[in-house]
Amino acid sequence: MSLVTAVYTLGFYFATLVLVVGLAYRIWSYTKTPAPLKVPIAPAPVTRSGVVLRMGREVILFESLFKSNKWIWLFAALFHAALALVVLRHLRYFIEPVWFWVNLIQPFGIYAGFAMIAGLLGLWVRRFVVDRVRYITSPSDHLMLALLAVIGISGLTMKYVARTDIIAVKAFFLGLLRFDWQPLPGDPVLLVHLGAVLVLMIVFPYSKLLHAPGVFFSPSRNQVDNARERRHLAEWAAPLDAGRDT
Amino acid sequence: MPKDEFKTPDLRVYGENPALEPDSMGHSSPYKALPEHQESLGFPGELVDGWHDKAIDKMGDLLSKNRALKVYLDSCVKCGACTDKCHYYLGTGDPKNMPVARQDLLRQVYRRHFTLPGKLFPGLVGAKDLSEEVLEDWYTYFHQCSQCRRCSVFCPYGIDTAEISMAAREIMDHIGIGQKYCNEIIAKVHQIGNNLGLPEAALIDTLEGLEEDVEEETGVAVRFPVNEEGADVLLVTPSADFFAEPHVDGLIGYAKVFHQAGISWTVSSYASEAANFALFTGSYEHMHKISSRIRKAAQELGVKRIIFGECGHAWRVAYSFLNTLAGPWDFLDPAYPTPQHICEVTLDLIERGAINLDPSANDDKVLTFHDSCNVARASRMGDTPGGQFHIPRAVIKAAVNKFVDMAPDTIHEKTFCCGGGGGLLTDDLTELRVKGALPRMEALQDVVDTHGVTHMAAICAICKSQFTKVMPYYGFSMDMVVSIHQLVSEAILLGTKE
Ligand code: SF4
Ligand code: SF4
Repeated sequence: MSLVTAVYTLGFYFATLVLVVGLAYRIWSYTKTPAPLKVPIAPAPVTRSGVVLRMGREVILFESLFKSNKWIWLFAALFHAALALVVLRHLRYFIEPVWFWVNLIQPFGIYAGFAMIAGLLGLWVRRFVVDRVRYITSPSDHLMLALLAVIGISGLTMKYVARTDIIAVKAFFLGLLRFDWQPLPGDPVLLVHLGAVLVLMIVFPYSKLLHAPGVFFSPSRNQVDNARERRHLAEWAAPLDAGRDT
Repeated sequence: MPKDEFKTPDLRVYGENPALEPDSMGHSSPYKALPEHQESLGFPGELVDGWHDKAIDKMGDLLSKNRALKVYLDSCVKCGACTDKCHYYLGTGDPKNMPVARQDLLRQVYRRHFTLPGKLFPGLVGAKDLSEEVLEDWYTYFHQCSQCRRCSVFCPYGIDTAEISMAAREIMDHIGIGQKYCNEIIAKVHQIGNNLGLPEAALIDTLEGLEEDVEEETGVAVRFPVNEEGADVLLVTPSADFFAEPHVDGLIGYAKVFHQAGISWTVSSYASEAANFALFTGSYEHMHKISSRIRKAAQELGVKRIIFGECGHAWRVAYSFLNTLAGPWDFLDPAYPTPQHICEVTLDLIERGAINLDPSANDDKVLTFHDSCNVARASRMGDTPGGQFHIPRAVIKAAVNKFVDMAPDTIHEKTFCCGGGGGLLTDDLTELRVKGALPRMEALQDVVDTHGVTHMAAICAICKSQFTKVMPYYGFSMDMVVSIHQLVSEAILLGTKE
């Protein structure tokens, strides 16, 4: 086994572990932290299914962002939708035989690659030209955009400029899944692409990428408006009732 | 710049964002609470030794008790969608009044102490130690947030800066830095029962005076009972309703409604306050303690229902928290929700024909309505979402003939704060209050120009006090602000029922 193969093999196991354990820990800690008072932003749904709809509109359509700022919405929606397509397109490297619909979306996935980069650049330009956004931007915000751009651009480079042996790449990933390790081609662009993905997986649970699980736990969006009908006493708050006169 | 020398902002074409003026409001922070007031609430009297570690510990404590805080501190992507949504930013141009920048004041310390990247690479991820300078920024800018939640409406993750500024104030209280205005008021409620510190005798006296005034004016003996055992309804209303203009005209309206509908009611001197300023300081314990007074009063007076008067944050605490804080309400009449808002009650009576209104009594006015932030974004009225928008408007429309709404971006859940909410309604913050009212004043000017609006109804004691104070800075008369039940009071037909 070459050094490159060994590093990337171990790298992917490690990154997956960090991603899964890190996210699981976050989600567990969000779940176990009480939400002592009901704080949905009104008007809020009065039923659970209403909340599911609200959340659906938020996660799929970015409803609040649309109300807020059409430019950010446009770039963010473009980026996220494209990213979703691109990720689904990449499923073909992990499954054999490839599912019908994954084959179907292959050509769209390519356009999505360009759309993703366009969305990213739009968001990035805002960080320079809109003074309010420039003010709130930290170096890590630029780095995150850079990382995603590197992934996108290196991916497209492999499609159009420096093609790589995708049969071997697929064998490598199937090998990872089956614990039957296969060599990874040593093309520099591929290594950059996969290396950036590794970094992304590792920083995910420690960065603002936590917005992905966070949105589902946002009390202002995921709570049912029923506080007048039902008591919601947090465990830590319950003993206070013993102190009242009546 | 001395606090009383500032320029009232010019009304802009609505929608324009101000240029960033870093630190332009850095000088604006409210008086700190005196040691005796701090201590009476169980907080240290002054900045404690080892304040840094104690602040971090308190932050950890709050993070473990409040999911909202934790999720909100983790989830921001710095997209900037909220940056132009805060009235204080729009009115001052100070970038630290952009909601995300305000959150970042706390978030930078959170990242430094509670996240791995913040511990390893603080400079990279915008993490910072809690220095004296940062603490000063906390005190300054978390007292430039009225906790109105407008930013949360527009954030893709619903990040609610109000939760963050409440937590920050709670942390500061615990290391000995409290805000004078809020903490004095909370202490007064614990001691006497209302924000004004009005004792029972004075309350009875005031309400007797109102009885006389109303009888003189209308010829009808409308009662204003205090501590009347066996009344059906306990009215809990902001104590400003007993004194301030135009609040008191609203109180007269409630009394006329009860009188005409034949509902027996009382206020309690023990729980003579709807407001609950502990919401603003983020103290669950004090909110609980204040709410418990209402429970006790309801039990001692043996009432069947609890009705709240016109107040914004009070209705938030009442609608969203009271059951949790002071319930269960199993000793009250289950036929009614507990608590009810006076507008819910009045509209129901109007619709059932139990009271009659003659809107032509208000034909000298053209009305618009200012949705109070806490009513609009943190509560409900009636059975369906959005009742908090439609019910007050329906009451107004029953009482007046001419009504127009302000621009859609400034009403309902997108309403702008009056500029004085969240415990900022104090004279040491006048500049902030005037500047923070700018977006609402612009929207008002627009309907004055286009529709000849003469009056703006408000549904919150803080809004009413704030507007009467700041509107003259913008060239409006303070009489433009009216209570909803003041309009009802003018229009209601007394003594017409068979
Ligand atoms: S809108 Fe929400 S996610 Fe975007 S910068 Fe503001 S707080 Fe952060
Ligand atoms: S809660 Fe209101 S006052 Fe506070 S930052 Fe958000 S918009 Fe501004």
